[in-house]
Amino acid sequence: MTQIILDLQEVVKDYDKKRAVDKVSFQLPKGAIFGLLGPNGAGKTSLIRIITSITRADAGVVLFNGEPLQEKHSERMGYMPEERGLYKKMKIGDHLLYLAQLKGLSYKEAKTELTYWMEKFEIMDWWPKKIEELSKGMQQKIQFIVTILHKPDLIILDEPFSGLDPINANLIKDEILNLNKNGATLIFSTHRMEQVEEICEEIVLINNGANVLQGKVKDIKNSYKENLFNVDFSTPTQVVLPEEYALKQINDFKIQVKLGENQSSNALLQHLLNQNLNISGFNEILPSLNEIFIRRVGQSNSF
Amino acid sequence: MNKLLLIIKREYISRVTSKSFILTTLLTPLAIVLFTAVVTLIFSYETDEIQNIAVVDEAKILDGSIRDEENLFFHFEKKSLEEVLSGIEKSSYSGVLYVPAIKEVMEKQYTVFYYAAKQPGLSIQFKIKDRVEDALRDFKIVQLKLDKEQIAALDTKIILEPEPISKDEVDSSRLTSAIAAVIGMSMGFIMYMTVFIYGMMVMRSVMEEKMNRIVEVMISSVKPFQLMLGKIIGVGGVGLTQVLVWVILVPVLLLITRLIMGIDLSTNMSIAQGATPDFNPDDMQAMVALAMKEFNQINWWLIVPLFMLFFLGGYFLYSSLFAAVGSAIGDDMGESSSLTLPITIPVILALYIMMQSVESPDSSLARWSSMFPLFSPIVMPARLAFNPPWWEVALSLTLLIGTAMFFVWISGRIYRVGILLYGKKAGMKELVKWVFMK
Repeated sequence: MTQIILDLQEVVKDYDKKRAVDKVSFQLPKGAIFGLLGPNGAGKTSLIRIITSITRADAGVVLFNGEPLQEKHSERMGYMPEERGLYKKMKIGDHLLYLAQLKGLSYKEAKTELTYWMEKFEIMDWWPKKIEELSKGMQQKIQFIVTILHKPDLIILDEPFSGLDPINANLIKDEILNLNKNGATLIFSTHRMEQVEEICEEIVLINNGANVLQGKVKDIKNSYKENLFNVDFSTPTQVVLPEEYALKQINDFKIQVKLGENQSSNALLQHLLNQNLNISGFNEILPSLNEIFIRRVGQSNSF
Repeated sequence: MNKLLLIIKREYISRVTSKSFILTTLLTPLAIVLFTAVVTLIFSYETDEIQNIAVVDEAKILDGSIRDEENLFFHFEKKSLEEVLSGIEKSSYSGVLYVPAIKEVMEKQYTVFYYAAKQPGLSIQFKIKDRVEDALRDFKIVQLKLDKEQIAALDTKIILEPEPISKDEVDSSRLTSAIAAVIGMSMGFIMYMTVFIYGMMVMRSVMEEKMNRIVEVMISSVKPFQLMLGKIIGVGGVGLTQVLVWVILVPVLLLITRLIMGIDLSTNMSIAQGATPDFNPDDMQAMVALAMKEFNQINWWLIVPLFMLFFLGGYFLYSSLFAAVGSAIGDDMGESSSLTLPITIPVILALYIMMQSVESPDSSLARWSSMFPLFSPIVMPARLAFNPPWWEVALSLTLLIGTAMFFVWISGRIYRVGILLYGKKAGMKELVKWVFMK
């Protein structure tokens, strides 16, 4: 059985008049890359703040490694908030050492770790620079190092790629995957679905403070598929199929077929092969997370 | 290392090593000394223009001589006033002092005339008046056949010497209350300044942290209360450092300036301000000795620690309030005034009460305000030098420390909510609500 690193049960958080988190429950297996999705204002940040002990839940249970959330657990977590922030006047080296020590590292450990990361990112010469001297993208890198310097078991990244150029975004992405390989569990909070699809194995979708959808990305996609198949041709082709197939000619080179309950993709392919057409591609169209997201959120919002 | 210690260390080090701190800490005493030196120079600067004054003494009271001043020379003319005046343009005289004959010895008022193209300066006027007055006095003594020594005996200086009734009380001298007032006043002022300067510093720093969003990173590592307390203690340490440097640097620099410029800043100041001492140098020396004795008689071993305790109490009380306000306001410093005003008003009131209390340290105003925790950190230190009843000090201190702890707690509750809230301007009502939030 896989170990559960984070277990949320019916977590509730109320602000003034609004319920920001409404009985959210999910379990996070150790070593997973987990996507926390939702439109702006869905309660993602509120939920993360509860997990990182920044605020306390009004009701519900949060278990970290099977124990109720305590102060000492914050040392095992690394959190990169959406709104990045650092002390502008502080020197980068001092700043990172300070934050690492607040996470429970000794000065010596912090220095070793920091040297490792700064060498890895080839930014050792930034050590004596002040934060305010850096560009926004560079600050982003520093913020990432802050998050992972103390080797946390659980890393929570809120919109980690916003403001990064593609090269640096890739650099960070590789590091994230690397950390995961070394045993860290990751929570990705974002509303950018294409990133989630690329990285995450599991997701939970939150809207209006409640979770509306959760599970493995593959399972979710499968459960939302419409049995829609795509066929490409290398020469212009007008396809004729038996009545029972719902055929849609997209253009001279492409058709889409929606299969009914008793129809198999093999049978469809057989029909096409029998006609001796120049088939160059055949694949099932799976809904993107984006579509599922829009469908679910649109659905629940219309109620 | 303990996280609170880490925070305190950062708050302290990052400020103490900042350029602006080093500059203000070093430049302020320099500015004070420079200012004092310049003021002294200005006041001690008399006219550098050499003036020759002709004297026509018809009354024959000046005895043919007036003591010359540095730039002021008197020349007695045998000629009549008209003759001197008619020849004045060719002479080097800048004015003519005419002392008319005395008609009546008993006259209480006597006018002398000064003829000049330009009005004489005030200091010249005073000097001339003094000389004539002295001369006329001597003249009258002779004319009225009075005994000079007897007349001198008429002026008596009264000293009110306070004595204790019971023997075991310390005998205080006439200078006790004056010295106590000076000490009390300085203590009250130091309190007032530090509470304001460093309380504001705490507030600005909290606002800054909230604005650049570092706070979310911090709070995911430490408790908000730790962060607030660390900041308050760290900034308090900065305050103590700065005050300490000033306390050492200002007298040292004054001494150096005195040595270099050869001017005695302290005594020149008093002369410049018109308080020409009318006692002789022996008297002066006795006063200084007495003051020193009084100074030593004050129980510093009790007052200084007590002052420190009141300082800590007052600083924690007010700076925690400033921290709470800082957490509640957004990026706009102007927004803060409606929330800082309720804090600054008691501080200013306390300053005025303190000044009053130094004059009458046992008035009911002084006694009651030194019990009230919002005033006591400023008022009570001012009373300490007057030996207030020990139970009053103890009660005041207990109330202050209790209240300070309570305020730190309350502020921690407000801070915890405030720093994570953006975009909304919070009023008093919200702050109260935050205190009671779970």
